[in-house]
Amino acid sequence: MGLFRRKHAVLPGFGPSLGYTIFYLSVVVLIPLSALFFKTATLSWDQFVTAVAAPRVLASYRVTFGSALVAAAVNGVFGVLVAWVLVRYRFPGKKLIDALVDLPFALPTAVAGITLASIYSANGWLGSRLEPLGIKVAFTPVGIMVAMIFIGLPFVVRTVQPVLEELDQEIEEAASCLGASRWQTFYRVLFPTMLPAILTGFALAFARAVGEYGSIIFIAGNMPMESEITPLLIITKLEQYDYAGATAIATVMLLVSFLLLLSINMLQKWSRRFADN
Amino acid sequence: MNVAANMNRTNGKNGSNVSEPAWVRVLLTAVALGFIALFLLLPLGAVFAQALEKGWDAYLAALKEPDTLSAIRLTLITAVLCVPVNLLFGIIAAWAIAKFSFPGKSFLVTLIDLPFSVSPVVSGLIYVLIFGLQGWLGPWLQAHDIKIIFAVPGIVLATVFVTFPFVARELIPLMESQGRDEEEAALTLGAGGLQTFFRVTFPNIKWGVLYGVILCNARAMGEFGAVSVVSGHVRGATNTIPLQVEILYNEYSYAAAFAVASLLALLALVTLAVKSVAEWKINQTLVTPGSER
Repeated sequence: MGLFRRKHAVLPGFGPSLGYTIFYLSVVVLIPLSALFFKTATLSWDQFVTAVAAPRVLASYRVTFGSALVAAAVNGVFGVLVAWVLVRYRFPGKKLIDALVDLPFALPTAVAGITLASIYSANGWLGSRLEPLGIKVAFTPVGIMVAMIFIGLPFVVRTVQPVLEELDQEIEEAASCLGASRWQTFYRVLFPTMLPAILTGFALAFARAVGEYGSIIFIAGNMPMESEITPLLIITKLEQYDYAGATAIATVMLLVSFLLLLSINMLQKWSRRFADN
Repeated sequence: MNVAANMNRTNGKNGSNVSEPAWVRVLLTAVALGFIALFLLLPLGAVFAQALEKGWDAYLAALKEPDTLSAIRLTLITAVLCVPVNLLFGIIAAWAIAKFSFPGKSFLVTLIDLPFSVSPVVSGLIYVLIFGLQGWLGPWLQAHDIKIIFAVPGIVLATVFVTFPFVARELIPLMESQGRDEEEAALTLGAGGLQTFFRVTFPNIKWGVLYGVILCNARAMGEFGAVSVVSGHVRGATNTIPLQVEILYNEYSYAAAFAVASLLALLALVTLAVKSVAEWKINQTLVTPGSER
């Protein structure tokens, strides 16, 4: 990749294409996003703090970030397992399952939301079987986690899968020749190599879950202080014409997204360095 | 999502004799498939089962509702407007980023990815802040009797925002992996710039373009959070298919809600199928001899 360091490119169109890219990016993304910060800047510090640290808002952060953390952890375990099985083992219908992993990317969130809510509600396919056991999923924080697991799954699978595919099996053979058991080989040799990708997938799934709205609100129950996610609270404030409150909370969410994006970028750089070695 | 990351898929099935005992393999496969069945297959099946719960006639009747038809029309209009502008942007941005080197490139790529990491609700909110009644342009728009928020233009704008990165982020790694030798050869042989693009570059990236377009389209037709903030939910006027699903569901017309939702589920299945084909074609072009790697 580093072969081309020429000062004067031979290919035409650099100026116009870069110019258009920056122009379109500014008009569609940067200027609208900056509106959020300008609007927030019109609030006084006290107003801002009251808006973003009210008890109901703090409870919504707890629900959102706590559930997203659990969901990302579940995906971290099962996503790696699914990636492992898809790369290493053979079974009928594997291609189909592989394609199906991307379903949460392709299925509109509202469809996922009403479907999960109906499956897990008291008279749904699973809900009716779980209810006698005393497990309630729909309209509780557990339901939020279920929806977040659904939308986050492909992120972990799709970041770990290519790393597993490129793993040189000679390393495993070497470990086994040197007397390592299969579990030791996995734990000491394979897992450290996969770790940056697993963490990247975890962070991507977490980031997606934190901002998610459509697939959650149908199953969440949306009880203030209990099962109300932050994006829903933003919409509630908007519907009450509390623009300042909505904007302040949205700014917090946006800053969190930026931080997550930054850490994901750093994780990806780390995993690339890993891959190069 | 990332095709370039998959590009040197090793064809190495287990040629190695180091593997787990058979019972471990069976157990792990069973657990993984069980998880997929529970979280992916079951919901997918449930959409269609509940859509057809009251029979075909009720299913078709639900789809023929005037409000549903108008939601379908609005969704199609939105996709037809959003996909081409983001396609054009994606190709132009990928040309600038993949074929040239300049300072700040990776920062630019991060900015292009930005809409993916913004919550859909926030994506809708920013357009309310600009075009809404209390927004920057609100008073001016009202004075000139132009409606953007709670009207179709707002829906289109919010959708353009959330689907912004799809084509670009697909084409950038693909075009980077292809380098620029072929384009330089074409130019040396006397081809013009556009001729080079359409005759040399485009045939190389066409499956990547299809891949980006199909994902962009799926999101444009299925976006819910951002559109729900700017739409205003006016029946028969500013409801897209996902919003219509929400309304029917909240009115307890479950069968009708799932009937309309099944359209979107079908769209998702078609998307996955086309995506798999495009991925396969991309991998094929990347492993043909003569190309890089």
